[in-house]
Amino acid sequence: MDKSGFRYIPIHLLLILGGLGMLLPFYWMVVTSLKTPIEALRFPPTWIPALLQFRNYPEVFRQIPFWRYLGNTVFITFLTLTGVLVTGIPAAYAFARLRFPCRESLFMGFLALMMIPLPVYLVPSYIVLYKLGWIDTYAAMIVPWIVNVFSIFLLRQHIKQLPQDLFDAAKIDGCSHWRILIKIVVPLCKAPLATITVFNVISSWNSFFWPLIVTNSDHIRPLQVGLAYFSREQSTNYTLLMAAATMAIIPLIILFFIAQRQIIQSQARAGLKE
Amino acid sequence: MSLSRSSKEALTALLYLLPALVILIGFRFIPIVLAVRISLYDWGMAGPRQFLGLGNYLAVIKDPLFYRSLVNTGWYVLFEVPVTIFVSLFVAILLNQQIRGLGIYRTVYYLPVVTSIVAVSVIWKWLYHPDRGVLNYLLSLVGITGTRWLQEPRGIFQLVLGAHSENLPFLLRGPSIALLSLVLMGIWKALGYNIVIFLAGLQNIPQAFYEAAKIDGASRFQTFWKITWPLLSPTTYYVLIMSSIAAFETFSQIWIMTGPPPGGPLGTTKVVMYYFYENAFELWRLGYGAAIAFIAFVIILCLTIFQRVFLEKRVHYG
Repeated sequence: MDKSGFRYIPIHLLLILGGLGMLLPFYWMVVTSLKTPIEALRFPPTWIPALLQFRNYPEVFRQIPFWRYLGNTVFITFLTLTGVLVTGIPAAYAFARLRFPCRESLFMGFLALMMIPLPVYLVPSYIVLYKLGWIDTYAAMIVPWIVNVFSIFLLRQHIKQLPQDLFDAAKIDGCSHWRILIKIVVPLCKAPLATITVFNVISSWNSFFWPLIVTNSDHIRPLQVGLAYFSREQSTNYTLLMAAATMAIIPLIILFFIAQRQIIQSQARAGLKE
Repeated sequence: MSLSRSSKEALTALLYLLPALVILIGFRFIPIVLAVRISLYDWGMAGPRQFLGLGNYLAVIKDPLFYRSLVNTGWYVLFEVPVTIFVSLFVAILLNQQIRGLGIYRTVYYLPVVTSIVAVSVIWKWLYHPDRGVLNYLLSLVGITGTRWLQEPRGIFQLVLGAHSENLPFLLRGPSIALLSLVLMGIWKALGYNIVIFLAGLQNIPQAFYEAAKIDGASRFQTFWKITWPLLSPTTYYVLIMSSIAAFETFSQIWIMTGPPPGGPLGTTKVVMYYFYENAFELWRLGYGAAIAFIAFVIILCLTIFQRVFLEKRVHYG
């Protein structure tokens, strides 16, 4: 094997150069967050803080209710994910294994709804939420998102591929559909369920446009909206902003390192399926 | 009363689908139908005031600010999508050479994808700082100084043509440096996503084709154009469609990074999504906003169909 052969050196050089470019913004964020405000504004800038200090982090907590934002995001993410699973698993099973009239056209209808871009239903959704008295509540950020058609699609494809014998055997044993679903289907769907979990966590955690519009008060804002407003209010206080940004992305970076394989592979698979 | 087996099964199905159906009907289907109605009225927060028929749509089409936001969006898509595709394909090909450390490189390039657009925007605004930013520092090392990045309203063509181009019509000025700054950040953020899809596509091409090409003595260039490119075309096509739609829906960056007022300098970064947001949720012209959303949707749809009709013929499904 000439895996370490000279032919690979230029490739590695290119990839490393590109990789440094990819990492630079993250590095600069962390480094700035560790500088004093005076040092951060020095030009030419310093690559390593002359005086390493963590004072910007507690200062963020003094300026904004960071824990509150974080708690809101965790709460919204958790309930949304629970909803997606509770509505999605039975729906996917029905589409994959049950016979009923108009099954295929109903499924196409689901997929068509997924294709409609957010702005088209944003204005009327706002009015519906307003009429329900839900503006500025957690419900407005959770309930409209507890069905995820893509998750249903992914699960349905997987359940369809399970061997028919399993279902026949269960039926002969007198299993109800509910028991089949809970005892057989769900344990066999670990891979797609993990994918769905990871994807929904990422998208709830990072969502911005919707919560920006349906919230007004500070105490209910999720992390992204809180951070965005903070960046407008403190638009020149870069050390604080970088400390806040660092804390805002650390949870997902950790999730990414834990579930890296899952995230990358399932995304690649989703791309190939189309 | 006993039900036949098939109607029992249909009832079970209905029960299983009910939660999803209720939510989708309540929060997708009804709002979409309602959106049509709203767009036909002069609709403010207090409710419908006056029926306008197609008035909102005609006003949007005649609105010079809408036209400008459409041009800004067009520039954004036109610059961001091809560069992202080109660079990510290039990196994917490099990564596909059975090199060591594939996992590490992939992780590094993928990191921006999982990072929220809000945090990314906050970080890049600091990188782009005209006097204190690290990008201007790096450029100063190679003798380039004074780039205003997000604060530079002048168009790229305008800058290339020089001083005598002050009176260029809006369209010919090209995207502003501020908009191109957003493009650059967008490329950085989207790269990893496309690399992973391209990598999967490349690995799907049977190795036998490459071995045959080698035996026939094909050059690397020939191998790429005759084997990789055509066999990769379904992936490229998918990436093209998805990237174009995502680029068209750019919003958060504008809210966080540009201005004040957002969309600046001189409105050169005000894209369609931001113009929609501004009308619907800052000026509370809900009817007008709904009309913008529908027109934007029709444009995305037409672009997708256009790409389908003209490009899919060249897509080679194995």
